[in-house]
Amino acid sequence: MSGISIILVFIVAFLAGVEGILDEFEFHQPLVACTLIGLVTGHLPECLMLGGSLQMIALGWANIGAAVSPDAALAAVASAIILVLGNQGTKGVDTAIAVAVPLAVAGLFLTMIVRTLSVAVVHRMDKAAEDANFKAIEIWQLIAIALQGLRIAIPAMALCFIPADIVQGFLQSMPAWLTEGMSIGGGMVVAVGYAMVINMMATPEVWPFLIIGFCLAAIGDLTLIALGAIGVCIALIYLKLSENTGVAGAAAGTGDPLGDILDDYE
Amino acid sequence: MAEENKKVALTVADRRAVMLRSTFLQGSWNYERMQNGGWCYAIIPAIKRLYTTKEEQSAALKRHLEFFNTQPYVASPVMGVTLALEEDRANGAPVEDQAIQGVKIGMMGPLAGVGDPVFWFTLRPILAALGASLAISGNIIGPILFFILWNVFRMGFMWYTQEFGYKVGMEITKDLSGGLLGKVTKVASILGMFILGALVERWVSINFVLPVSTITNAEGSFIDWANLPAGAEGIHTAISQFAGGYFLEPTRVTTLQDNLNSLIPGFVPLLLTLLCMRLLKKNVSPIVIILCLFLVGILGHVIGLL
Repeated sequence: MSGISIILVFIVAFLAGVEGILDEFEFHQPLVACTLIGLVTGHLPECLMLGGSLQMIALGWANIGAAVSPDAALAAVASAIILVLGNQGTKGVDTAIAVAVPLAVAGLFLTMIVRTLSVAVVHRMDKAAEDANFKAIEIWQLIAIALQGLRIAIPAMALCFIPADIVQGFLQSMPAWLTEGMSIGGGMVVAVGYAMVINMMATPEVWPFLIIGFCLAAIGDLTLIALGAIGVCIALIYLKLSENTGVAGAAAGTGDPLGDILDDYE
Repeated sequence: MAEENKKVALTVADRRAVMLRSTFLQGSWNYERMQNGGWCYAIIPAIKRLYTTKEEQSAALKRHLEFFNTQPYVASPVMGVTLALEEDRANGAPVEDQAIQGVKIGMMGPLAGVGDPVFWFTLRPILAALGASLAISGNIIGPILFFILWNVFRMGFMWYTQEFGYKVGMEITKDLSGGLLGKVTKVASILGMFILGALVERWVSINFVLPVSTITNAEGSFIDWANLPAGAEGIHTAISQFAGGYFLEPTRVTTLQDNLNSLIPGFVPLLLTLLCMRLLKKNVSPIVIILCLFLVGILGHVIGLL
């Protein structure tokens, strides 16, 4: 690969890494990422085919809530580079697809690491907020984005210089207990975020609603939209009822003879 | 609140700047407060316009560094409502921190419930499949078509829903005498807690695979695979036996998770959340908790508990 190609591959890989987290322009979708790698290395036809085929596999990969899906960005960029280096033309597409899936898992691993590092970044932002330092918050946001870009760009650079079979051997040697254990941990750490919000919002008055929401969520047929509708209705009913008792209380005691008697004793 | 009484108001340019910055919403996505950094980054132009003293600006920045997470495009309507609330607050309306936080949390869950299926599981697969089928046959139009259609739709959606949210947000705060804002605050905090309860159940996942008991099913209560009639008749027998309540295997394994789920589904995630709340109140750093949880995940998996 020529020097200019390598620089352009770096840029494409960086964009794919950034988009892997932002999910806005969709540069990280194999359809776009592989095509761009093909474009800058002069292997457009086979990379276009690889992109299309990988895209079909990755159609349902999406980051939902805090769950992280297999990483399309690393899968697309790295498998395209392997295809280009293999120099077999369209015959190499199938092998490239085969390496893409373990790469997607490796990428998932990397994004989890960066997402943990970003905790430190937002703590810097907290400090900057103390002094109302807008510039610092903006710079830290851009640093976090750059970290996600480098997450793909660095492995991509490495691939340009390492023989493909060594890469493949390494990917297969990654122990299952580590990757599986990490994803189990990932399922649990979400609780930390929720705990912080609950700590902030909880008052004795609204606690019961958390429990109601929790219990109803066990009914799998209820989508989040349905749960939202139930939540709004419960809140409105509660509001109405608490208003009614408030008005009655102001007008004529509690409107309840026994309650009045009890009140007198207090 | 009448327009002419306002001291400060957000201009169209401010709102457009916020929308463009929302592109970076997920840039500092982290396991502690998720999209908080990107949200704060996006709202900075509005804070600069609305607040002049250092104290107010600092308070506003801190307010918007709190937890937030939703599907990135449907964050725009939430942002619109938030901008309206901040504008009223800057003009002296008694909009409390809890109201702003409640609106954000209350809207994010249900909207993610709309955004995830619509964008990730409907629109993107359809457009991507269209582009991919063209690409496989070697047609360069495939990726270009996908890229342009997707981004035109996304940007249009983000701008118009943010504007829509902004207008709705203004209506909420107009009628202060009716105590509407107080009601909205209460509804928002109730809805927020309700949705949080649901999210704990749905999104915090712990699965204890540890087998608690292995029961041998009584003779004749499971499908006897070895002695089924040959061919399609065997399939027929097996399916009708299964439909009749026969077990598939001669033994039945009950995991710890099955036992816990029969108490109440999601019981352990709830306990974990409560534990995290306690630790946080005792000033244990969230990052320590996060690292410990990853460690627990790996160790638990190795010993066969998780």
